[in-house]
Amino acid sequence: MTGMNRHANETIRLRDLSIGYLSKHHRKVIASHIDASIYSGELTCLLGANGVGKSTLLRTLSAFQPKLAGEVNLLGKDISEYSDKQLSRLIGVVLTEKCEIRNMSVADLIGMGRSPYTGFWGTLGPEDKRKVEEAIHLVHIGDLAGRMVHTLSDGERQKVMIAKALAQETPVIFLDEPTAFLDYPSKVEIMQLLYRLVQTTDKTIFLSTHDLDLALEIADRIWLMDKGTGITSGIPEDLALQGSLARFFEGRGVYFDAHSGLYRIRVNYHAHIHLTGEGFRFRMLRKALRRQGILVDHSEGSPQIQVLPDSFVLQNGDDVRCESIEEVLAEIKNWDFQRATIP
Amino acid sequence: MRHSNLWRMLLLVILIALFFLLNLLLGSVAIPVDSIWNILTEQGHEPVAWQNIVWKSRLPQALTALAAGAGLAISGLQMQTVFRNPLAGPSVLGISSGASLGVAFVILLSGSIGGVALSRLGVIGEIALSVAAIAGALSIMALIAYVSQKIKGSVTLLIVGVMIGYVATAIIGVLKFFSVEEDIRAYVIWGLGSFARVSGNQMMLFVLLMSILLPLSFLLIKTLNLLLLGDGYARNLGLNIKRARLLVILSAGVLTAIVTAYCGPISFLGLAVPHLARAMFQTSDHRLLMPSSLLLGALLALLCNLIARMPGFEGALPVNSVTALIGAPVVASVLFKKRKNDWNE
Repeated sequence: MTGMNRHANETIRLRDLSIGYLSKHHRKVIASHIDASIYSGELTCLLGANGVGKSTLLRTLSAFQPKLAGEVNLLGKDISEYSDKQLSRLIGVVLTEKCEIRNMSVADLIGMGRSPYTGFWGTLGPEDKRKVEEAIHLVHIGDLAGRMVHTLSDGERQKVMIAKALAQETPVIFLDEPTAFLDYPSKVEIMQLLYRLVQTTDKTIFLSTHDLDLALEIADRIWLMDKGTGITSGIPEDLALQGSLARFFEGRGVYFDAHSGLYRIRVNYHAHIHLTGEGFRFRMLRKALRRQGILVDHSEGSPQIQVLPDSFVLQNGDDVRCESIEEVLAEIKNWDFQRATIP
Repeated sequence: MRHSNLWRMLLLVILIALFFLLNLLLGSVAIPVDSIWNILTEQGHEPVAWQNIVWKSRLPQALTALAAGAGLAISGLQMQTVFRNPLAGPSVLGISSGASLGVAFVILLSGSIGGVALSRLGVIGEIALSVAAIAGALSIMALIAYVSQKIKGSVTLLIVGVMIGYVATAIIGVLKFFSVEEDIRAYVIWGLGSFARVSGNQMMLFVLLMSILLPLSFLLIKTLNLLLLGDGYARNLGLNIKRARLLVILSAGVLTAIVTAYCGPISFLGLAVPHLARAMFQTSDHRLLMPSSLLLGALLALLCNLIARMPGFEGALPVNSVTALIGAPVVASVLFKKRKNDWNE
C-alpha cells in the first residue's frame, strides 16, 4: 500500500482507534478498531450514513473530545500530547455550527484565524494582514472582503470560513459537512476549491460529506464509515473495483452503478417496454420511464415506443403520436402491462 | 482605530463631561456655574448650604452614577458575549438576585429576630447592607462559577442561572411574608435602586473598587472576541473555553455584585448599553465595544440620575424606573432603525 503513495506524506495515522463518549458511569463506544491514514496533498472525504459517527470521529481528530482508546498520530506525535495552543497552529476547522455574528466584516472574521499568532489584544500586524489577504486571494473572495458576515449566503459563508482556516496557516484542515445546505453549483464550487487548495498548498484536507457522487468524483481518497465494517479507505476507483462501494449502501434504496461509477437510486420495476431509437431523446424517455418503474428492454412482443426526431409513437394496438414525454406518460398510464419480474 | 470611531469616542467623553457638570448644576436648588467652580476649587465664599449640597450630595451621586453605569454596561456586554444572547444582562445569572437575597436577610431578619429595624441604624446599617449584598451576590456567583465548570453548553448554564435567580426571589418572598411592614418597606426602597445611597468613605471605596475592576475587565478583550465565533471555533483557535467562560463570568459577576451592593439592583442599563454601542460603532469587536460601552454606560447613568432628580420630582423618582422609562424607548428605536437598514442592504 505504501508504494502507492509516493507523492503523498502521511500526516495523520489512526491505529486501533476507539471513539465515543465517556462520562462518569458510562462509556459509549461509537466506533472502534479504526486503522487508517490521511495524507498531505490529498483531499480525503469521509462518507457514512447519519449517526454512524462521522462527527464524533472529526471531533476526536480535532481534539475537541478525548479518544477512548488507540492512537491518533499527528505529524509524528500523539494528538493528546499537544497543548491547545500548539494544536491551534496545526489544525484548522470549518464546523457545521453557523457563526451568527452581526456587525463583523468578512475580513475581520478571516483575521480571527490569526488569533494563535496575534498578541494580547488580538491586533493584526502587517504580517497577519498579509496572510489574511493571501487567504482571501486563495479562496477568490476579494469581492466579499468588505461585506458583513450576516449578509452572506450559506455558500459564501462557507468560503469565508475556509479562508479563516487558511489564514490560520495550519498544515491540516478538517471540515464537517462543508457542502451541507448549499445549492448544487455551490457544492461543486466548494469541493473544487478544496481540491485546488490541496493541489496548490500541499495541505492535508479531510472532510465529511453526504454528497456521494461529488466525493467519488473529486476526492483523492475516500473513507467509508460503516457500523459493521468500521472504516474502509482507498482511492475511489479502487474501492469500486473491490466492491466496497457496492456493499456500502446495500439495501438502502441506492445501488452502485458499475457503468458510471456512481451511486443511483434503486427502482422497483413493475413493467417493461420495448423502446426503439437513439440519442438524447431516447435517453430522456428511458429516464422518465425508469422513474415510473418501467424498464426499457429489447424483448420483442411487449408494448413498443418508437423515438422519432420530432415525436414519440406509441404502438400498443393502435398507433398514438405524442409530442412530449409528458403526453407519453399520460397515455401509457392506461396501458395494461404484463407483470415483469426484474431482479 | 479608524478616525470616525475616535471622533465618536471623543464625543462621548465630551458629553460625559457635560452631563457630569449638569449633574452638579441642576437639582431642586439651582447653583450657578461659577459658584460650582468656586466650591470645587474651594475658593470664594459660597453659602455653606451650597457647599454641602455639592460636596455631600451631587458630586458623590455623579461619581457613583458614572462608575455604576460603566460597570453595569461592561458587565452586560460580557454576559451577552459569553452567552451569545442579546437578552443577557448583568442580572441574568441571578447575581443581583443574590445581592437582593443578602439584603433581604439583613433587613427582614434583623427586624423579626433581632428586634431592631436596620433602616434606623444609619451608617452602620448602610455598611451592613453593602456587606450583605456583596456576600449574597458573590456566593451566588461562586455557585454559578462552579456550575459553569461542570456544564458544557452555555445555554444550559444560562437556564441554571435564571433558575437560581428564581429560587433567590422565592426565598425573599418567604422572608417578606414573615416580616413586619416597616422592614418590607425598607427592602422595597432598597430594591428601587439609587445612586444617592452611598456617601462619604463608602462612595470613595466604591469608586476606587470600580476604577480597579473596570481596567481589569479590559484584559478579557481577545477572549471575548474569540467567544463571538462560538465554542468550537474559539477552541480551535487555542482558547480554553471553560477557563474563558469562568473568567468572563467572574469579571461580569464581581462588577454586578459591587454595583448592586452600593446602588441596589439597577435594571436595564447593562442590557441596553451594549446594544447602543453596537449600533453606534457598527462593530462586534470588543476592542471598540468595551470602551464605548463603558462610556455610554457612564453617560446614560448620568442622564438617568439627572432626570430622576429633576426639579419638581425632588429626588422622588427611583433610578430603576428612570433607566427603564428612558432607556427602553431609546434602545427599541435604535434597534428598529438598525433592523430596517439590514433589510435594505
